[in-house]
Amino acid sequence: MATGSGKIRRVSLNTPVTEEALRDLKLGDVVYLNGVVYTGREGVYKQCLEDGVPLPENLAEISNVNFHCSPAATPDGQGGYNVGALSGTASFRFAKWLDRWFKASGAKIIIGKGGMSSEDYRKFFVPNRAIYLTTVGYGTGALLGRGVKGVRKVHWLEELGLAQAMWMFEVEELGPFIVESDLDGNSLFERENAAITKNFEKLYEGTRPATLRRYGETDNRSDEVI
Amino acid sequence: MISIEKIQQTAEVLMAKAAIDIPDDYLTGLQEAANAEEGDLSSFVLQAMLENYEAAKQDRRAMCADTGVPRWYVKMGNTASIEGGPVALERALRLATARATTDVPLRPNRVHPLWRTDHNNNVGLRAPEIEYAFEPEGDWVDLITVHKGGLFGTDYRMLFPGDGIEGIKRFYLDSLIAFGKRGLACQPAIIGVGLGGSKDTTMVLGKQAACLRIVGDRNPDPKIAALELELKELGNSIGMGAMGFVGKSMVIDCHIEAAYCHTGGMPMSVHAFCLSSRRACARLHADGRVEYRTDPMWFTPFMRRETVEWQPEAEKLEELV
Ligand code: SF4
Repeated sequence: MATGSGKIRRVSLNTPVTEEALRDLKLGDVVYLNGVVYTGREGVYKQCLEDGVPLPENLAEISNVNFHCSPAATPDGQGGYNVGALSGTASFRFAKWLDRWFKASGAKIIIGKGGMSSEDYRKFFVPNRAIYLTTVGYGTGALLGRGVKGVRKVHWLEELGLAQAMWMFEVEELGPFIVESDLDGNSLFERENAAITKNFEKLYEGTRPATLRRYGETDNRSDEVI
Repeated sequence: MISIEKIQQTAEVLMAKAAIDIPDDYLTGLQEAANAEEGDLSSFVLQAMLENYEAAKQDRRAMCADTGVPRWYVKMGNTASIEGGPVALERALRLATARATTDVPLRPNRVHPLWRTDHNNNVGLRAPEIEYAFEPEGDWVDLITVHKGGLFGTDYRMLFPGDGIEGIKRFYLDSLIAFGKRGLACQPAIIGVGLGGSKDTTMVLGKQAACLRIVGDRNPDPKIAALELELKELGNSIGMGAMGFVGKSMVIDCHIEAAYCHTGGMPMSVHAFCLSSRRACARLHADGRVEYRTDPMWFTPFMRRETVEWQPEAEKLEELV
C-alpha cells in the first residue's frame, strides 16, 4: 500500500467520486484517480460564469474532478493529441469563482498547486461538499503525464487556446496527489505551517531587519503570501 | 567558422535535454536530501520527484508541464566566428525554441503581458532572452539553455552596508519562508544570491548564480564560499521541506555572486532554481565538433575579473619569476 514512507496511506478513487469516498479521506493521504478528469482555470471560469457560455452537457456525470492545469500537449495531426507532461498551476488565484463553479459544474474535487486558505475552504468548499487535492513536488509532470490514457474531448480549444481550454482526460492511476483539505475545511498546509512557525524565533536570532522598510511590511511570519 | 545549421540543430537538442533530463549534479544533491529527510510527507514528495525524473527520462517527456521561461546564454571564445553572424545565431535560437515547443512537446508559456496573446511557440517580444559573454581564448561557442520556473521564489531588496551579514541572512530567510510555504518555490532548490552591482545587475547575477553554477561548486573567494555553506545550512534548518511540509530539505546548494555596487548600498536578490532545475549546455567548435555537458562553466576567472587588464594566470606567474 505505502509508497515512500510506511506512514502514508495510499487510496485509489474512481470518478465521479462519491461523497462516501470523500468522507473517508484524511489530510496527507495520497490519492490516485481513475476515470475522467477535466482541466478548467480562469479562461473556463470567466467564460462560463461571467459570459454565460453553457457548460458541456452532463459534466457532473462524466466527472466531478476539476484540475487547475494546462497540459504540455500538441495536436498529433490525426485528430488526436500528443500529451506530454501535466502539472498543476497555483489555485489561490481562482478562489473567487469557485462557489459558483461548484454549483454550476457539480465538481467535488479541485486539484491544483498549493491549495487555498482554510477560510476559502470553509466559505466555498465545505458548503458544496468539496475537497482539495494538491499535486506533488510540484514538478511531477512526467508521472502525471503517464496517467493520461487518452483525450476524451477538448472544449473551446479555438476560443481559449491550448493552455486555457477544457481538456477532458481519460486517466488510469493518475497521481500522486495529496489530500490538502477535508470535508470540514481543514488545510494540511496550514497544519504544517503552524508546526514550522514555532521554530522561527530561534531561527531569526542574530538577523537584522532591513534599514529601509517597505510599505505594508510585517514581521509576522505566520503570514502567508497567497 | 561555426555552421549555422549546426547551431540550430544543437539548440534543438539542448531544448529537449533541458526539459527532460535532470542534470546529474542536481540529481545527486536531491538523492542526498532524500536520504537525509525525516519528515514523512516531505520524504514522500522527494521520492515522487526521483520517480518523476526516471519517468521523464524513460518516456522522453518533459519532467514538468510548466515550461517556465526558456532562455539562452551564449558564450563565445574571442576568435569564434559564426556563419551569418550574431543575427543568424539569434534567429537559430528562436527557431529552435519554437520547434522544440511542438516537438518535445513543451507547453507554450510565453504571452504578451497586457494582451495575453501568444504565438503558441514560446517565442515573442523579447522571448526567449539571449544573454552573451566572452572568454579570452578559443574559437568555440557555448550554448546554454535554462528553463527556469517563472512565478515564485525570487525577490529583490535594497540593503545598506550597515545591514551587514545579519541583514543578508534576514532577507534570505524571509524569501525562503515566504515562497517556501506550500512549496510555491518548488523546493528543494538551488538558491542563487546576487549581491551588489546596480539593481538590474543584482537580479541578473543572482539568477545566473542559481542557474549557471552546479551543485557543489564554490565561489573562489574563500569568505564568500564560507557564507554560501552557512546560508545553505541556515536554509535547511528552517524546519521546512518539500512543498512546505515539516522537514529539512529546502536548499540543495547556495551560490553567491558579487558585483561592485554603489558605495552607499548593498542590493541583494534571491532566486530559487526549482525541483525541475532545467539546464543543458554544449560547446560547438570551429572544426564541427559538438560536446554536450551539464556544467555551464559560466563563471570563469575572466568573468570575475576585477581590474582593467586581463592576464591569464600563467602569464602572471611568468612575470613573477
Ligand atoms: S517552479 Fe519548477 S517544478 Fe515548480 S512548476 Fe515551475 S517549473 Fe515546475
